[in-house]
Amino acid sequence: MTPVETSSTQVATPLTETVASSASDKMIVFEGVSKFYGDILGVNRVNLQIAPGITSLVGPNGSGKTTLMNLMTGLLKPTRGTVSVLGMSPNDPEAMFQKLGYCSQFDSFPRGATAREFIGFYLRVHGYTARESDEMTHQALERVSMLEAADRKISGYSKGMRQRVRLAQSIAHNPSVLVLDEPLNGLDPMARAEIIRLFRQLADAGMYLIISSHILHEVDMMSDSVVLLHNGYIVAEGEVHGVRDEIEEHPIQILIRCDRPQALASRLFDNDYVAEARIHDDRHGLFVKTRRPDDFYLLLNKLITEQNLQVESIAPVDDDLNAVYQYLITSDGGHS
Amino acid sequence: MDSTTNMKDGAAGASEPDQRATSWALWRRQTLAIMRLEIKKNFFSRRALLLYPIAGLPIFMLSMLALFPPDTDEMENFGMLGQVFAAIYGGLILRTLVFFGCAWVFMNLFRGEVVDRSLHYYFLSPVRREVLLVGKYLSGLIATTVLFGITTVASMLILYFGIHPSESSQYFFGGAGASQLLSYLGVTTLACIGYGAVFLIVGLFFRNPIIPGLLLYGWEWINFLLPPGLKKISVIHYLQSLVPVPMSEGPFAVLAEPTPAWIAVPSLILFTAAVFFFASMHIRRMEISYAGD
Repeated sequence: MTPVETSSTQVATPLTETVASSASDKMIVFEGVSKFYGDILGVNRVNLQIAPGITSLVGPNGSGKTTLMNLMTGLLKPTRGTVSVLGMSPNDPEAMFQKLGYCSQFDSFPRGATAREFIGFYLRVHGYTARESDEMTHQALERVSMLEAADRKISGYSKGMRQRVRLAQSIAHNPSVLVLDEPLNGLDPMARAEIIRLFRQLADAGMYLIISSHILHEVDMMSDSVVLLHNGYIVAEGEVHGVRDEIEEHPIQILIRCDRPQALASRLFDNDYVAEARIHDDRHGLFVKTRRPDDFYLLLNKLITEQNLQVESIAPVDDDLNAVYQYLITSDGGHS
Repeated sequence: MDSTTNMKDGAAGASEPDQRATSWALWRRQTLAIMRLEIKKNFFSRRALLLYPIAGLPIFMLSMLALFPPDTDEMENFGMLGQVFAAIYGGLILRTLVFFGCAWVFMNLFRGEVVDRSLHYYFLSPVRREVLLVGKYLSGLIATTVLFGITTVASMLILYFGIHPSESSQYFFGGAGASQLLSYLGVTTLACIGYGAVFLIVGLFFRNPIIPGLLLYGWEWINFLLPPGLKKISVIHYLQSLVPVPMSEGPFAVLAEPTPAWIAVPSLILFTAAVFFFASMHIRRMEISYAGD
């Protein structure tokens, strides 16, 4: 079974009529959703159920992550199919945006506004009184560690601070669902760690967090589940480790640092265990892809002894989501 | 970072607004909140800077006229000042300045937010899009009515008091001057209502509203040449029917009976309501895709 077959038949389970409405009221559901911008594909035939916790949308630029988020929040209307968020339609903003917050990528703010004014203003638009808005604004700014700068004009903020203000605005009304488009962009490592910790707390409190990111290491670290997108299609979906486990045919790549990688490569090619071997650019290492790692390691031990190789290190290089993703997007027929 | 705050229990324990307020009360509160920000933008944003020279142009021109009055019969004869102001009001203030001022303000209510990439903040709030439409329209209406209302009043007073101060005192405080001033003010307000509705929908439907704006300007200007039936498909026809002193439209004008006030005013209001209906349908389906804007 190819990884792609796995993703389409086992992981991204198509929805059926039998899905009980009460169950879908507790999920974010995409049912046969396609979006075209004229002739250009945004996303196609997306069937997806998102449960509470952190779900990361992963894919390169143009893969459909933002389109999926915009469809979820009603900023875009699907060409085909339906979207529901906890049983609510994006066409009913009055109900849905009581429960949903969206931290978009658009870095725009009212001119001359401070963070406190900006967040407070949109809470007033929600319908909260001035006193409630003030308190909620204060709490939101506190959550993202922006209280000290709250009364300064946003135009003087760094990119990371502006990102945090947008995050505060999206969580200020205490939503159950939080959609975050590249929320870690522009944040320094310490701020990233803090924000990831905040996301984790929110998810542990029962929130739905849908996060898009290019930074796969962080996705790996914080996500409960991932949705891998490529060219508008979902190529795999499920728990991070589950996705890996189910890709049984995925060859593992190992980097062997040694003094004579060419000699090792010539011996390895004689063996069925090895799917691919490639010399490292610095000529001091060898990348090997194998589908039978246990057998390969036995063989490698033998060859090291026989060839009297000076080995510096042996390490798998693909034990993260990045490798799975790279493998998936370079496979044919990845479209479910 | 405050790690102890629970999202659902925090935030001042405020309940969702729609659970505490009836729909109308909530909509009213939301409309007022939208108006608060939009009025501020309409008066003090960078875009608003263009409005002040537009609104101030006749005040400046008439001040110059009052300071350096030309030696003409119209200026020397107090009875002719009504005609002079009618020409300035109809030709410059109403047809050009209010028209372009409203175009600038109302087309930018939504178009400007798309260009600034900030419309999504509204669309991601629990606000009916019709409420947003009303809030934005009313804010535009307040801004244009205040600005061009001041222009109208100041222009008339400068012209009269600047050239014939003593007769003008009698005219405004003991004659028909005050009622004429109020009539002009009313027509300016109706112009903002009518042109505001037109340009609200132009700004919603057209990515580049300059061409349709100029076409509309041309249509309003050639109104005096149009046959009576076509005259009625314009805003200026109804406004022209309401001004206290009609402006002479020249020898080539196709004459038509002015529409009585009891038809002209409701017609403009009905037209605005119809525009709102179409704008509401459009905005409910409106998507935000900032690419290319």
